[in-house]
Amino acid sequence: MRREGSALHGFGVVTLKEIADRFTSILVVVLIVLVVATAIAVVRGGIDQIKEITAEDPYLFLRLFTRSSPLPLVALLSFLVPLIAIGLGFDSVNGEHNRRTLSRILAQPIYRDALLFGKFAAGLFTLAVCLIVLWLLVIGLGLLGLGVPPNAEEMARALVLLAVTIVYAGFWFALALLCSVVFRSAATAALVALGLWLFVTILWPLFSPAVADAVTTAGDILGVLDTRQAFARLSPSVLFNEIVAVVLDPSVRSTQQSMLAALGLALIERGAVPDAPIPLLQSVLIVWPQIVGLAAGTILLFVAAYVVFQRQEVRA
Amino acid sequence: MSGNVIEVKNLTKRYNGVTAVNGISFSVARGEIFGLLGPNGAGKTTTILMLLGLSDISDGQARVLDHDPAREPLAVKRQVGYLPDQVGFYDNLTAAENLRYTARLMGLERGERERRIISSLGHVGLADVADNRVATFSRGMRQRLGLAEILMKEAQIAILDEPTSGLDPQATADLLNIIRDLKNRGVSVLLSSHLLERVQSVCDRVALFSQGNIALIGTVAELGRQVLGGGFRVEVEAEGQGLAERIAAIPGVQRVERGGANRLLLLADHDVRPEAAAAVVSAGGRLLRLSVDEPSLEAIYTRYFQTHEGELHAA
Repeated sequence: MRREGSALHGFGVVTLKEIADRFTSILVVVLIVLVVATAIAVVRGGIDQIKEITAEDPYLFLRLFTRSSPLPLVALLSFLVPLIAIGLGFDSVNGEHNRRTLSRILAQPIYRDALLFGKFAAGLFTLAVCLIVLWLLVIGLGLLGLGVPPNAEEMARALVLLAVTIVYAGFWFALALLCSVVFRSAATAALVALGLWLFVTILWPLFSPAVADAVTTAGDILGVLDTRQAFARLSPSVLFNEIVAVVLDPSVRSTQQSMLAALGLALIERGAVPDAPIPLLQSVLIVWPQIVGLAAGTILLFVAAYVVFQRQEVRA
Repeated sequence: MSGNVIEVKNLTKRYNGVTAVNGISFSVARGEIFGLLGPNGAGKTTTILMLLGLSDISDGQARVLDHDPAREPLAVKRQVGYLPDQVGFYDNLTAAENLRYTARLMGLERGERERRIISSLGHVGLADVADNRVATFSRGMRQRLGLAEILMKEAQIAILDEPTSGLDPQATADLLNIIRDLKNRGVSVLLSSHLLERVQSVCDRVALFSQGNIALIGTVAELGRQVLGGGFRVEVEAEGQGLAERIAAIPGVQRVERGGANRLLLLADHDVRPEAAAAVVSAGGRLLRLSVDEPSLEAIYTRYFQTHEGELHAA
């Protein structure tokens, strides 16, 4: 059975309206200002520290993201980006239900697809704008504070970071959207999304080694490490942190490097100079599975939201 | 195309094993006001959502303006305006902005859009508050804004779900006037309500819903005859001799009761006031008062469900 007309008729209208709503919503503006301000403060704090190593470090600009103080900017991002994304998305669909606007809007000549796609596109656009602003501010602060221009390699790596952060934000927004479709109450949706966020970003990295050790059959230390890492990777923030660690540091050539270092081991490849920088493409290839994993997770969550929404009864 | 804008045959809706609408059939003619009446949970809203293609049809057929709402929902929704139960608007937007959003979804061009927004808001008496945020609107104003949306759409059918529930008498009267006005513009109206006496005054025909079935269908007078047996109660207050016999002889009068010294209560199948007046006068009596109670939906409804309760539960 073919449906008549385009599923995306009205998509642009919904997207524009949603974007306008986002930027006039006090909650969203407060969240964005808060995150951008914190990030700026962190980067400013780190600049003095970075200045001291100007002479010996060829990748000074990338240190803006990893050596800011009191905590690295990327750690802040991996923690706070989900918060903005959830804040943007937790009442997308159930809000329409509760305001009783959903049936009136769906009685217009559009399909449900347009409404959900429009909401997702608008959320992603808002997050992207927010992250791009943040990124530009950090680069600008770096130029002012360090007084050295970044080289092409650094800019390319920083751009990859930006793209990955947007995908990461998309993951959390899709999760919030799913919650807003499944739960009729906005408060429930927000709490469930925030609960999942706390679980995967804080609790899972703590618990997953124990879970991994319980199921692993590997006899040697490397086998155990592999299992632990596989379990930890179920958390999107772990994936994000792995990607960031490799992309922002050309000397890192494996996602297991820090774990091995903690055990006093070093990764030695035949014919390779330890700690020698590798090209950007190689860095991206190392974490390509993680990047694809994040994107796939985003798509899966969105598809789940889409399927549930299509089958949902409109009436309250 | 036939004269009917909505044709429903054996329409059925089942939710996880529960039958919400059970094989109902009815049709709505062009320019008619058709009422779906019944208690909450009788299946009225479900029927409406199926007609709009917003809910799947489990069984049976619906044709709206010769389109199948399940397969061509856009064609249906382009020509049908819908005012949901307790309609909601975006509180942070003004009345005009809310309409502008739906007008964009309808795909209206900018000039046409602005023209229609102004004229429809003027029509429902909201022109002065067009630029006020909807958050400041009363219930009645929101309902009128909902009707403005239907006017703006220039819909051929307006489907109104409980349009008067929760409104004060003045707001209800205003709303019913706008609904009559829709009819005068040639719009067919399908409205659902559980408030019987208010709806009675605007509906050309009604369908009484009960537990997913249509129990009765027809004009209010027809239903009155069918259920109450007759339906017009005429009260005659007159002085004179032998009036009761003369009046009882009028065709259409089924019963005459004495309601006091000079009062006669007639039960008739149509309005017999002119004949009753003539009878009193020709008998040389003095006519003091003459009034008629049209059959009330309330009475029809109550009586129907009293007498049919047993079989409905058995069904």
